[in-house]
Amino acid sequence: MSPVAFETELLEQIAKASDEAALEAIRVGALGKKGSLSEKMKALGSTAPEERKIAGAALNVIKDKVTDAIAARKVMLQESALGARLASETIDVTLPVRPERQGSIHPVSQVWEEVVQIWGDLGFSVAEGPHIEDDFHNFTALNMPPEHPARQEHDTFYFNEREDGSRMVLRTHTSPVQIRTMLTSKPPIRIIAPGRTFRCDSDMTHTPMFHQIEGLVIDEVTHMGHLKWALAEFCKAFFEVDDVRMRFRASHFPFTEPSMEVDINCSWEGGQVKIGVGNSWLEILGSGMVHPNVIRHGGLDPDKYQGFAFGMGLDRIAMLKYGIPDLRAFFEADLRWLRHYGFRALQVPTLPGGLS
Amino acid sequence: MKFTFSWLKDFLETSATIDEIVEGLIGVGLEVEEVHDAAKALAPFKVAFVQKADKHPNADKLRLCVVETDEGTVQVVCGAPNARTGMKGIIALPGAYIPGTKITLEKGVIRGQESQGMLCSERELLISDEHNGIIEVSEEWPIGTPAAVALGLDDPMIYVKVTANRPDALGVYGIARDLAAKGLGRLKPIDHIAPKGGFISPIGVSLDFPDGDTKPCPLFVGRYFRGVKNGTSPEWLRRRLTAIGLRPISTLVDITNYITFSHGRPLHVFDADKVTGRIGARFANEGESIVALDGKTYRLDPSVTVIADAEGPEAIAGIIGGEHSSCTEATTNVFLESAYFDALRTATTGRKLGINSDARYRFERGVDPAFTPTGADIAVRMILDLCGGEVSEEVTAGSVPNTSRSYTLRKTRVKALGGVDIPWADQLNILRSLGFVVTEAAGGASCSVPSWRPDVQGEADLVEEICRIHGLDKIPPVAMNRAHAITRPVLNPLQKRMIAARRTLASRGLNEAVTWSFLAEKEVVLFSGQRNPALILANPISSELTDMRPTLIANLIAAVGRNQARGFFNFGLFEVGQAYAGDRMEDETLRAGGVRQGMNGERHWSQKPRPVDAYDAKADALAVLEAAGAPVASLQIVAGGPSWLHPGRSGTIQMGPQNKLAVFGELHPRIVAAMDVKGPIVAFEVTLNKIPGSKAKTATRAALNASDLMPLTRDFAFVVDAGVEAEKLVKAARGVDKTLIGEVRVFDVFKLEGGKTSLAIEVTIMPREKTLTDEEIESLSARIVGQVEKATGGKLRA
Repeated sequence: MSPVAFETELLEQIAKASDEAALEAIRVGALGKKGSLSEKMKALGSTAPEERKIAGAALNVIKDKVTDAIAARKVMLQESALGARLASETIDVTLPVRPERQGSIHPVSQVWEEVVQIWGDLGFSVAEGPHIEDDFHNFTALNMPPEHPARQEHDTFYFNEREDGSRMVLRTHTSPVQIRTMLTSKPPIRIIAPGRTFRCDSDMTHTPMFHQIEGLVIDEVTHMGHLKWALAEFCKAFFEVDDVRMRFRASHFPFTEPSMEVDINCSWEGGQVKIGVGNSWLEILGSGMVHPNVIRHGGLDPDKYQGFAFGMGLDRIAMLKYGIPDLRAFFEADLRWLRHYGFRALQVPTLPGGLS
Repeated sequence: MKFTFSWLKDFLETSATIDEIVEGLIGVGLEVEEVHDAAKALAPFKVAFVQKADKHPNADKLRLCVVETDEGTVQVVCGAPNARTGMKGIIALPGAYIPGTKITLEKGVIRGQESQGMLCSERELLISDEHNGIIEVSEEWPIGTPAAVALGLDDPMIYVKVTANRPDALGVYGIARDLAAKGLGRLKPIDHIAPKGGFISPIGVSLDFPDGDTKPCPLFVGRYFRGVKNGTSPEWLRRRLTAIGLRPISTLVDITNYITFSHGRPLHVFDADKVTGRIGARFANEGESIVALDGKTYRLDPSVTVIADAEGPEAIAGIIGGEHSSCTEATTNVFLESAYFDALRTATTGRKLGINSDARYRFERGVDPAFTPTGADIAVRMILDLCGGEVSEEVTAGSVPNTSRSYTLRKTRVKALGGVDIPWADQLNILRSLGFVVTEAAGGASCSVPSWRPDVQGEADLVEEICRIHGLDKIPPVAMNRAHAITRPVLNPLQKRMIAARRTLASRGLNEAVTWSFLAEKEVVLFSGQRNPALILANPISSELTDMRPTLIANLIAAVGRNQARGFFNFGLFEVGQAYAGDRMEDETLRAGGVRQGMNGERHWSQKPRPVDAYDAKADALAVLEAAGAPVASLQIVAGGPSWLHPGRSGTIQMGPQNKLAVFGELHPRIVAAMDVKGPIVAFEVTLNKIPGSKAKTATRAALNASDLMPLTRDFAFVVDAGVEAEKLVKAARGVDKTLIGEVRVFDVFKLEGGKTSLAIEVTIMPREKTLTDEEIESLSARIVGQVEKATGGKLRA
């Protein structure tokens, strides 16, 4: 067989090899120790040097061509095998992923963090006090001596009388924290006190437990102008509006003098409340300059120290901001409600990043 | 406190509109709850004259009327039986909105005849339920007169919410005084001079308290009237009382009610013929009772002040009169009482007896003591004017209690406290217009408080008066200074833990709930075994909310039940809130508690959900502890927990036996059954207060000590007695070489026959300085086996 025919036959075989095993058999049959090409190489030894040189060169050329052809064919066969495998390996990408539960943060907790962000920026720290209070901190120290008519309006929860005749109450407001703070810290004081409060009252808009946030500033210079400014800045920051109109109405709280209630403008268009637009007024908080008697009960001299205090409903401002219609639902732990009105675990309110 | 615009104008000379008055009231702190102005709704309706009312040609029951209105003559089809020629009625023309039917009137054709308007009934105008015929008004009203005027409904009613400190504003006169001070008119002086009386009262008055103490009733003024006629009071009086929601009763009673609302001065009239002997104020005797004007019988005791005659109590002082001596249509001789009663005692009595009255409402807030005789004089004049008869000389016991006091207002104080510049003269004028007697002195003014302002008790109150009348809206806002250029942290460690716990649990798929701090008695017993007397509410709002909760878990379990009842399963709830162990401050702890219920996930095509178990709750508890900064690696985990957990499937995570940080486990089957919820339910509760504070003083971290050499793992399986805890085995293995041995992982646990357990661990060995030789690894393995066998009494499995 001529070298050309030999080469042609080998290359044809390689081209026809249908898989890697057949290709390997061809490689062994040609290039293996006893392969046809190897045999031809060996046979060269018995030929004349001149002839050997020429024939050897020709055989080496064939060997290179065959080797390259095998390698090329191998790559092609591998590609085609991978192609076939991939073609058979398909999934339905529309099948649902493995379930992961989505937890949530309660709106009251979210709003707690929001108000702390805002007041914290003005240097207000967060103070706390016990829910089970004594009469002194909840009433007397706040300028509501026994039999004060305002006490009756508080719908107080009482505990049973102790042996010494005293009886504890559930705090009816967060204001006792004012007294506790004044008694344990030195002015200047700037605190907020968010927390649970309790009143023996239950109807469409009242629940026996709810949340308030108290604010207190005590120093030697703070006056009602500061109070108005602070509340206006709070409302703008909390409701995330550029401007909000406020109406300050003279009012009465035993623990502040002068006292004022604050309304903000809103619209009720479409049954949904919108803060900062429209011409309706919405009462949002009570406030005033801390009463001299309260400062005195806090162990400070009212001739030297003065300041303001305010209180508002944490649940209420959450309802207003997020359009939550019913206070009672806050405390019912209905999963549908928690998931709908709740917040993602990583949705942490910050002032630079936005509160909502 | 309700009144009408015309009533106000009796005391306030003003050209202000109703809207300006409302603005002013809000400004001075008298919150306007409602303004009912019938004239507004009635604006489209006017008086019209029925020139002719003939039978409708096509309908027997209808009439065809020709009606003259101020806009021309129109034809009206009318079905009212009282429509007749020559009457005057109220016409609505096309375009008018009819409040009673809620439709806007249009021209129509009724049985072939055009109807160009409507003659209205009272129901159509929402004045009353009357619909048997059309309204008929007096012929005197000219055509085109607004219906509100012709019907006497043109006097708007104003309802203000008066704060507890302002008894003076519980009378129209006091409200007028505030408005006058605000610049909305001139306060008219009260014309109260009454006749001296022509005879001596046959009934005397007295104050009969022990030891001559007159504090319960310092002053009692009386007048006797003879020959009065007590009938229906005049229309203007009845209209005013009706407008503010009071039912006219008889002239005498209406007069006392009128003065109560005009001047905040409650009075009482007795039928003098039913009074026996002298009348006076005293404490009730034990066992006495009275049938009051509300028809109810009240048992009295010596803490109650009564007005009594020789026969017994005739009225409960300052609260309600008695039925026996009340005035009726037949009354001809009357005894009028105007007395001053102690506010606290009136409040206490009213509350104890459960009586709410206009008199109590005023006395307990503090009526003007100096006005006691004036109020009587006003009543004298009205009774003589409206009922006729003759009046006696005044009889008096006691005297006006002295409430005089004055406070110094410093010139700087309004600016310092109120933050507003008001000229000094204006400040003093405001106080004067409110009735203060002002005497200027160096650096300020001495301000004597009027008798009707019990609320003013110091300089801050004077500042309030000035600011409130001047207008709080005029106080300029002033920025507060920043203590630090850039905000510094304001949260304490516990507050940070609270947030961390919340966000951790939410990120683990639990939904945060906020539940009551209360529990029902039966749940307290279920969870704690017994109630804590210090935590029982004396006045619970319902039988479901009787005690303070000792744990958060009970409410969460109840919430699980409610959600299951709505068809929700396989979920988790948590709460971060307070639990109570007693009524002292330190008994209140902040906890993070949670429950998981059902399967750990929903059914899925690629994996089977499994029921939740105690280890899910343990993972939650550990995650909270980790997030809250507890030293989790060094905490002890011991078997057993509170009684509400399954005794064999619960654990406690603690620093030591004295400091238990958390509990976890499967809910006790008895509780699952008692609370009627579907299991499995697991729960955990971490007490956030108990976690020790971080000792780190700097933010700097320790240097990283990581080896670049390849770690290797070796598996060991041990056969141990059934009671041996895995933790013991893990600790023994880890303790062999703290540098070389990294993680020890339990990867297989199963029970063998004969009460033994097989526990398999994978130990990660981390070469530090050089690769370990086979001999070194063998030696380490042998030591691991030895230590574990020694610590657990177990054997390496062959």
